[in-house]
Amino acid sequence: MIKSKYDVVIIGAGPGGLAAAIAAKQQGAQDVLIIERDLELGGILQQCIHNGFGLETFKEDLPGPSYAQHFINDALALNVETLLDTMVLDITPQRRIYASGARSGFLEIDARAIVLAMGCRERTRAQIRIPGMRPSGVFTAGTAQRWVNVEGYMPGKRYVVLGSGDIGMIMARRLTLEGAQVEGVLEVMPFLTGLTRNYVQCLMDFDIPLHLSHTVKRVIGRGRVESIESVQVDEKWNPIAGSEKIIPCDTLLLSVGLIPENELSKKAGVLIDPITGGPFVDDRFETNVPGIFAAGNVVHVYDLVDWVSEAGRQAGDSAARFALIERRKETRHVPVKPGPNVRYIVPQTIDRESLATGNVRMQLRVRQPIESPVWVEIRGNDNLITRKGELYARPGEIITLEIPMKAYDEVQLVDELVIDVVKR
Amino acid sequence: MEKIDVVIIGGGVVGCMTARFLSRYKLNILLIDKEADVGSSTSAANSAIVHAGYDPLPGTLKAEMNVKGNQMWDVLSGELGFEYDRSGDYVVAVGKEELPILDELLEQGRRNGVPGMHIIPADEMRAREPEINPAVSGALWAPTGGICDPFMATIAAAENAVENGVTVMLNTRFLDFRIENGRVTGVQTSRGFFACRWVVNSAGLYSDEVMHLAGVRPEFQITPRRGEYVVLDRASIQVNNVLFPVPTAKGKGILVTATTHGNTIVGPNSVCAAHKKDEEVTQEGLAEIWEGARKLFPHLQPSSTIAMFAGLRATGNAPSPNPQVSYGHDFVIEAAEKPRGFINLGGIESPGFTAAPAIAQRVVELMQDQGEKLEEKTGWNPIRAPRPHFRKLPLDEQKKLIHTDPRYGRVVCRCEMVTEGEIVAEIHAPIPALTYDAIKRRTWLGTGRCLGSFDMPRVVEILARETGLPPEQITKRGPGSEFLYRRTKELEVLHDQE
Amino acid sequence: MEEKMKILCITCPKGCSLEVTRDGQTVVEVKGGCKRGHEYAQREMTDPRRMVATTVKVKNGVHPLLPVYTSEPFPKARIPALMATLREINIDAPIEMGSIIAENILDSGVNIIASRNMNAGV
Repeated sequence: MIKSKYDVVIIGAGPGGLAAAIAAKQQGAQDVLIIERDLELGGILQQCIHNGFGLETFKEDLPGPSYAQHFINDALALNVETLLDTMVLDITPQRRIYASGARSGFLEIDARAIVLAMGCRERTRAQIRIPGMRPSGVFTAGTAQRWVNVEGYMPGKRYVVLGSGDIGMIMARRLTLEGAQVEGVLEVMPFLTGLTRNYVQCLMDFDIPLHLSHTVKRVIGRGRVESIESVQVDEKWNPIAGSEKIIPCDTLLLSVGLIPENELSKKAGVLIDPITGGPFVDDRFETNVPGIFAAGNVVHVYDLVDWVSEAGRQAGDSAARFALIERRKETRHVPVKPGPNVRYIVPQTIDRESLATGNVRMQLRVRQPIESPVWVEIRGNDNLITRKGELYARPGEIITLEIPMKAYDEVQLVDELVIDVVKR
Repeated sequence: MEKIDVVIIGGGVVGCMTARFLSRYKLNILLIDKEADVGSSTSAANSAIVHAGYDPLPGTLKAEMNVKGNQMWDVLSGELGFEYDRSGDYVVAVGKEELPILDELLEQGRRNGVPGMHIIPADEMRAREPEINPAVSGALWAPTGGICDPFMATIAAAENAVENGVTVMLNTRFLDFRIENGRVTGVQTSRGFFACRWVVNSAGLYSDEVMHLAGVRPEFQITPRRGEYVVLDRASIQVNNVLFPVPTAKGKGILVTATTHGNTIVGPNSVCAAHKKDEEVTQEGLAEIWEGARKLFPHLQPSSTIAMFAGLRATGNAPSPNPQVSYGHDFVIEAAEKPRGFINLGGIESPGFTAAPAIAQRVVELMQDQGEKLEEKTGWNPIRAPRPHFRKLPLDEQKKLIHTDPRYGRVVCRCEMVTEGEIVAEIHAPIPALTYDAIKRRTWLGTGRCLGSFDMPRVVEILARETGLPPEQITKRGPGSEFLYRRTKELEVLHDQE
Repeated sequence: MEEKMKILCITCPKGCSLEVTRDGQTVVEVKGGCKRGHEYAQREMTDPRRMVATTVKVKNGVHPLLPVYTSEPFPKARIPALMATLREINIDAPIEMGSIIAENILDSGVNIIASRNMNAGV
């Protein structure tokens, strides 16, 4: 059963979110919830089935799903609650979360602290402005990876990959292993942008050509991609006339960079660094909005998952500390409620500890005038704590009275204070 | 199938509006389109503007239909339930030398019967659109201009037609006429022969080929002109108005406009297309668009691009029917002398979208002029109720919707907040949305920053589930545009298809 | 007859360039890189191997495919045969991470390991 209030709510169950949840629990947060839009925990790691993860964290060369599984097991063992198949729609700066899911329905959840761990998304064709037609068959590498590795479908048979980042090269190998033809990898930069070892084991091993200083000039095909036109570029990325080549293919995979995913962060009032595309954070990974933390690729795009987990751990730890202080504040505070003849009182709550250092002044207005002497009474759990006499009470005039320091002990024991104005 | 009275060839905005206007009468109507969805061609790739009508040459059919059509959109959008905003539009003069052109346009607009136009000073223009080029020297304000969701306008008209008894057949290609005793008696299509008494040619880019098969206007020719556009990210730029530059000999120029979807779009240029499928965005075209856009907004950056597209205008070569006007690219809106029973619409380029309802109304009148006794149906329902868009609802209504159908709780497109409930509703709508693009045009999914990378696998899965087709047969826009090729572990399909 | 050649090390993300001097199958000298790199060069010259991560079909699982990997590097030349063999596997859910999906596959001495838990689906 989902509660209406949590110590720490983490948005996203990828490596950053899982590490944050574990750390929050370990730091003493009682109620920790992860909200995940997918049907399972683990985030994008579940489709990154290749090896190479965890050398820092586990001193072991693990496939992505194994790396995730270790964190999933730890989180579940610590009783981290999870809400799957649920999308967060909105977050307020007061840390109220609105979310919905087909199974979870519409949810409103308050969090003492939030960790943003939505990760990043892939850059698209439009962002690099590849002209041409708009057929089916232009996919980001990640979309293709999900189809091939998780859902079990091959999106094409002859591929061209744009971008020599690790995802692009790893997908080139993956597709080849599954019987597809990869015609080549194009890279607009004059150098490889991914790791050398991926060049060796993903491209060289399978004789997949790498074309540096090349890009896609046009996408050709109406229904499905029929070919692409490649072109060589100079050091300023200007196409070199005459170097165009038509490469027949049915799929163009784009591996052209990642961008932190911060639409939700912005809704919560989190300020974004225009350079990283992620929130401005302090050394505890807190954003400009108090109690909202951010960790992992949502802050900036990392090249090793181990660092994402480490950032998640720190953010989760900080979030738990923040939540525990909030909890203490909540129990320290006592609400002050108006009685039948009081319209309002300021302040609406008082910190019980304030009485340790001095009287606390209360101001209020009555609803109805009483043109005879009155008592202004403060009661706690029905016992009179203090009262003050006035000659009359009128809605137009604020009444002021103080809770005396000597009421400290009594006030510690009450759940709420009620102030009323009654005839003497 | 019962005996058909009217076959409409082409389900663009003109064909769909015609079907909807004719559905009011006791007629058995069939609308065919070769694509997998209505409104897939020119109606899906244009400026999404309801023009005021100061641009066409006075005395032309274009001018008449533009101004008449313009007045019909308020009622239509209310009845058919699509987004439309009579926001007004501006023609912006930059530099003193462009000011006289505004006066000419104002005069032309008055002659065309466009109400409420006047010229506003530069200060006023800057106040209304603060980011505009500071060198603005004045602007022509036309309060009757507006913006519209061109996809839903077309789809809603078709759906309302279907609800009133019209049959829509998609993926159906027109092949030829049967003409007997000087009268159209049927059409041959890729799905067989349909006997009928009337044929409406609303084939857009292909209207020339259709009329030639009827032996009408052999000299008429469509020379498609391509217009390229760029859609900008809402987060990076928000233009509040419809802003045209002053027109040139080439046309209305590169406009920068707000849309009903909240994005800003920039375009179009106008280049001679290589062929009728040349919907290609080119490097040169993009350069031209940005140059045009910067004339109005010097700060616009190509990096705010969120999508690019190109559309084709069905530019014809028909002289204006008005003998007093010398103009060679007018609309063709006529009942052919020979063969009888042939309503011929051709060369419907801009302002064709604006004019579409007026053209549809004219089709009704032309049939009556030809002696067709049109009798109104009892129970004709002009209202097409819009389906809910989750993201546009207030919190309380979102809750209610999820409560009635939990599928509205599952967000499939995170950028545009489109839910599974909306997708399923479109798949089972009166005009079923059976391709990715059809769902995209109706729900606006896949149009955000991730351009569908996140929703695409999920939409393919939902379409497969709802239609009972294997995922490999789900397409972007009809046969030949499949997303998936085979199962990862089943190599043999590779050999089967090769 | 000694020959010199350059290879790129894939042992860690650094990707050092190694200069290998060999005489037939015998590696005479390796320059550049670290101790692990030298071991890699030795094996790359005599018995090149790669870690292989792929998927096998699952029956009744929450997903149709289970990600798996080789317990240790697998002979490079036989990877196509390995893929063909794995394509035939169709294993029942549920499965736990670390389970051996195939033992000593193709007599290589290498096991195929489940990369994650796979619950049974509906």
